[in-house]
Amino acid sequence: MMILTNSVVILFITIGVIFIVVTAIGLVRLPDLYTRAHAASKSATLGVMCILIGVFLHFWLIEDHFNPRILLGILFLFITGPVGGHIMTRSSYIAGVKPWKGTVRDDLGPEIERMKKEQGIQ
Amino acid sequence: MKTNDVIIQFTAKIVFFIIFFFSIHIFMAGHYTPGGGFVGGLLTSSAIVLLVLAYDLNTVRTVLPINYIHLIATGLLLALGTAAFPMFIGKPFFTHFFDYFTLPLIGKTSLHTAMLFDAGVYLVVVGVTMTIIQRIGEDD
Repeated sequence: MMILTNSVVILFITIGVIFIVVTAIGLVRLPDLYTRAHAASKSATLGVMCILIGVFLHFWLIEDHFNPRILLGILFLFITGPVGGHIMTRSSYIAGVKPWKGTVRDDLGPEIERMKKEQGIQ
Repeated sequence: MKTNDVIIQFTAKIVFFIIFFFSIHIFMAGHYTPGGGFVGGLLTSSAIVLLVLAYDLNTVRTVLPINYIHLIATGLLLALGTAAFPMFIGKPFFTHFFDYFTLPLIGKTSLHTAMLFDAGVYLVVVGVTMTIIQRIGEDD
């Protein structure tokens, strides 16, 4: 039983660390802001959530201490991580950051032009 | 340019309650675990600041019609009153009392007058932070 519990904990924490390393590699290698934000907000959130699940299971099954704060932290990260990525990417698009030159489709551009025309800017 | 920010407003509505209840938990748990009045007050004011970011200052002022200067005064009076009360019954300044009570829903609880002092600290921290942010933010 002890070996099984330890294996589950180690599995979750390893998956989390691997996802965070993938995030760091993505931040270095990807070409523009939007692909980097895609890497950062998605896989970092999943990695931190996996690490928190591992910590929660370790304290619950081995140290015999049920800590609901960690569950609340997982819920909080799950809600706020993607929203933070969305807000940062959207504000940088509106501020005029250009996407990578290989981009073939841009749906937000015409929409922003339409909103500017409706509100009488330019 | 005025944009459509449904996502951040809806998220702020939910996340506000998570942060607010967590701050109450931190405040209540301060006697036995890390936490207390200062951290709880900062967390509460950060929840209100999140609402200010997602909506605007006037909306939040309509939703929470609190005069934060009066909040600071209430907190200082509460702290000073808790500290000064033992002097009237012949004990030194800042003597604290505690006892065990059996409350209807919670059961056996230990109530301590340090809690009242902590509540004063909490109110002062919330009041000071929100006063600073409102005064800087409304300067159009």
